[in-house]
Amino acid sequence: MQQNKGENPYLKITDLTKMFGDFVALDSISLEVYEGEFICFLGPSGCGKTTLLRAIAGLDIQTYGRVEQDGRDVSNLSASERDFGIVFQSYALFPNLTIYKNVAYGLENAKLPKKQIDDRVQELLALVGMSDQADKYPAQLSGGQQQRISLARALAISPGLLLLDEPLSALDAKVRLMLRHEIKDLQRKLGVTTIMVTHDQEEALTMADRIVVMNDGVIEQVGTPTEIYHEPVTAFVADFIGTMNFLEARVASPTQIRIGELSINCLDVPGKEGDKITVSIRPEDVVVQDASDNRLEATIEHIEFLGAYVRAELSSGEMSDHHFFADFSANQVRRTDLKQGMKLEVGLPKRSLRLYSA
Amino acid sequence: MTAHLMTGAQAAGLNKVKPKASKDDRQMLVFVLIIGCYLLVALAFPLYAILSKSFENSAGEFVGLANYAEYFGTPALLYSIQNSLTISLITMVITVSIAFVLAYALHRSCMPFKGFFKVVMLVPILVPSLLPGIALVYLFGRQGLIPQLLFGHEIYGPIGIVIAEVFYTLPHALIIIMTALSIADARLYEATVALRTSKVRTFFTVTLPGARYGLISSAFVVFTLVITDFGVPKVIGGNYNVLATDIYKQVIGQQNFQMGAVVSLILLLPAALAFFIDRAVQKKQVAALSARAVPLVPMPSKGFDRIMLAYAGLVSVFVLGILATCQYAALVEFYPYNLSLGLTNYQFDLMDGGGWDSFGNSIRLGLYTAIIGTAIIFLGAYMVEKSKGFIPARSAFHFLAMMPMAVPGMVLGLAYIFFFNAPNNPLNFVYHTMAILVISTVTHFYTVSHLTAVTALKQMDVEFESVAASLKTPFYRTFRRVTVPICLPAIFDISIYLFVNAMTTVSAVVFLYGPHTNLASVAVLNMDDAGDIAPAAAMGMMIFYVNAGVRLFHGLVSKYVLKRTQAWRYR
Repeated sequence: MQQNKGENPYLKITDLTKMFGDFVALDSISLEVYEGEFICFLGPSGCGKTTLLRAIAGLDIQTYGRVEQDGRDVSNLSASERDFGIVFQSYALFPNLTIYKNVAYGLENAKLPKKQIDDRVQELLALVGMSDQADKYPAQLSGGQQQRISLARALAISPGLLLLDEPLSALDAKVRLMLRHEIKDLQRKLGVTTIMVTHDQEEALTMADRIVVMNDGVIEQVGTPTEIYHEPVTAFVADFIGTMNFLEARVASPTQIRIGELSINCLDVPGKEGDKITVSIRPEDVVVQDASDNRLEATIEHIEFLGAYVRAELSSGEMSDHHFFADFSANQVRRTDLKQGMKLEVGLPKRSLRLYSA
Repeated sequence: MTAHLMTGAQAAGLNKVKPKASKDDRQMLVFVLIIGCYLLVALAFPLYAILSKSFENSAGEFVGLANYAEYFGTPALLYSIQNSLTISLITMVITVSIAFVLAYALHRSCMPFKGFFKVVMLVPILVPSLLPGIALVYLFGRQGLIPQLLFGHEIYGPIGIVIAEVFYTLPHALIIIMTALSIADARLYEATVALRTSKVRTFFTVTLPGARYGLISSAFVVFTLVITDFGVPKVIGGNYNVLATDIYKQVIGQQNFQMGAVVSLILLLPAALAFFIDRAVQKKQVAALSARAVPLVPMPSKGFDRIMLAYAGLVSVFVLGILATCQYAALVEFYPYNLSLGLTNYQFDLMDGGGWDSFGNSIRLGLYTAIIGTAIIFLGAYMVEKSKGFIPARSAFHFLAMMPMAVPGMVLGLAYIFFFNAPNNPLNFVYHTMAILVISTVTHFYTVSHLTAVTALKQMDVEFESVAASLKTPFYRTFRRVTVPICLPAIFDISIYLFVNAMTTVSAVVFLYGPHTNLASVAVLNMDDAGDIAPAAAMGMMIFYVNAGVRLFHGLVSKYVLKRTQAWRYR
């Protein structure tokens, strides 16, 4: 949604470090989240994303560092004294209570009048499209339905912060797609600041306003989905998001690198002449026809049919037989009649090349 | 995932965050401390008392290892160690073998009447261990029904002890081995068929390794039960002394409390050792269990099923035969001279031993233990599992909760005398009351109940408490509305376990009952001691009927209650 950089952040994390014995699970994490934002913590398993979420919730308090929520320092408060709603991968619905009672659980505790509780529960059940299931028990619902109830229960107390811990990971692919949209719509409608943990990049790219890519207990990059995809700042992010070709190269000049015998024009080359450098390009950015700059002769080694497009593995004698992938649309395939062993000219546009110092 | 040498935060010299305890945390800590104090008073302090007593003379002066020196200088007492180990090991081998084949028959064959056999095999749990001893006297004693089956051997002594102990320990071993066999993975057996492996090789390469932890565990349990058992050797041991009876003789017979303490500590050693090895083995089993297995469904095989049926029938005859003998003994007017049947032996008020009052006391003890014990133990397990922080306090609590399993009842009872009967103890007033009987029984059977509760609690989604905290719900509300309803089956199991054991136990309470708090199980012991064996059998059978009745009632009630309150378990 919006990035109100001018405003004060709703959630401010400063130098947050979490240690389990000698193991450093999170190392000096600093992050600001603005009101109404949808943030995704994305990373491989073990990267610390769930640990960070649990520290924000107060479920596992950090070893060092500060957490401020809505201008209040909550660093050492337990979960019950913070303001958040949470949804887990396992749904964690109380199995012995009906759907209605589950949603009402937090409200009853606030000692609201019965009528008010009833109205609120009905409103929430309608919001997640489950009004007709109120008297059922969790075990009688499908996974997707249970996760909707879990969401309704978390939202019932109108929390300032909604935390989602891999909420879609236990669901079937189709249900997952559907719920992705539902959650995003709901979040937009309610405007509640939301943090979701996921290891699924597609989920993060489609749902998040900003993505926090994490690896090994540190933040690799924070940015919008477009920034993360098109301008990955580290080789890890480039590799983790989407598919990426990595080629070993050497710096030739401030605007040129060399892969084997081949000179490649680039925009800004860091480092000095002769330095090792890694150059990356996405398969879909490899230009097949009408190549303008960085043209080279390549041979198709292998073709993989992937439905909407075809991915070809290419090699080039000019690049001392480095292999790389290029994507061809179904149209291009029809026009050029791609075959294994075929030679063709491809281009590596310098706008699409990203360089990482080795 | 690399371990950094120093984090940025440490380098920057930031202070560690000290989590602030919430209201929930503080309230839960109070509960942990209260129940922890209970365990200290009911377990740790008495054990300390018995330990220090073993280093004192009868005047209460510290004499170092003098008592131990005297003990090891008395050959008659030393024999008991050898005797205890001998009968424990023999019983262990026999019981585990019988139980394994029986469990195999129940789980891996298609024989009929499995439900019946399972019920029959539970009978020994419902009677005091004195009862099989009495039955053996009637069967194989000098004027017994079938003494010729012993071919001239004497039933009083090791033979009698082992037979009675096998009866007494069989259900315990059977339950453990059945659990071990029930987790078999059908896919392994399909693989052996696909690889054309013979049945025998499959048994030795798949079945036996799969059940090995169960076998080891049951072996230790049987060993511990036998070495700490007092009832069987008391009734049928004759002149064959064992450690448990030595304690009784030293304390009750010779009023030599110091020597009783020494023998107690010696008895504590093997029991504690067996317990700790067993715990270590069981930890490994958890790891072996984690994989999702496809349950194995046995295939009918006429010959095999018939053999298994015959075998299970034979074991049932043994179990039911012991029980029937006791019932016969209880009803015969004056064995062996007047074999007409009647209820003369049930006139307990005419005998020494406590009369019908003791029967009423036992039922009261059972009820109190079941209600109070279940509350304490379940609450304690909940607090130790679900509270956060206070890690040292919680580890200490867990250790204390595991200890009673390793402490023989005789030792606990004697420890209570030393601790509660000390004139300077403010808790002195509970001595000889129902309260001390309840405390000792709850403590004696704490570990198994605690583990049952912990297992049930661990099966719940760990995030329930996280969700409740995010919804600002105090822990006691989630405990009442979610935890207890979900754990109801386990709570029922704990209460019935405590009731049944309170009815049958002799070992701890034999030192603690007072003039007005005699118990049925102790009455069995005392009447048998006085030669009133038939009334002892009659009282033993009364215990059996109560236990069987309560168990049946418990089964019906839990079925009804669970049906009403646990509708959510079924789709």
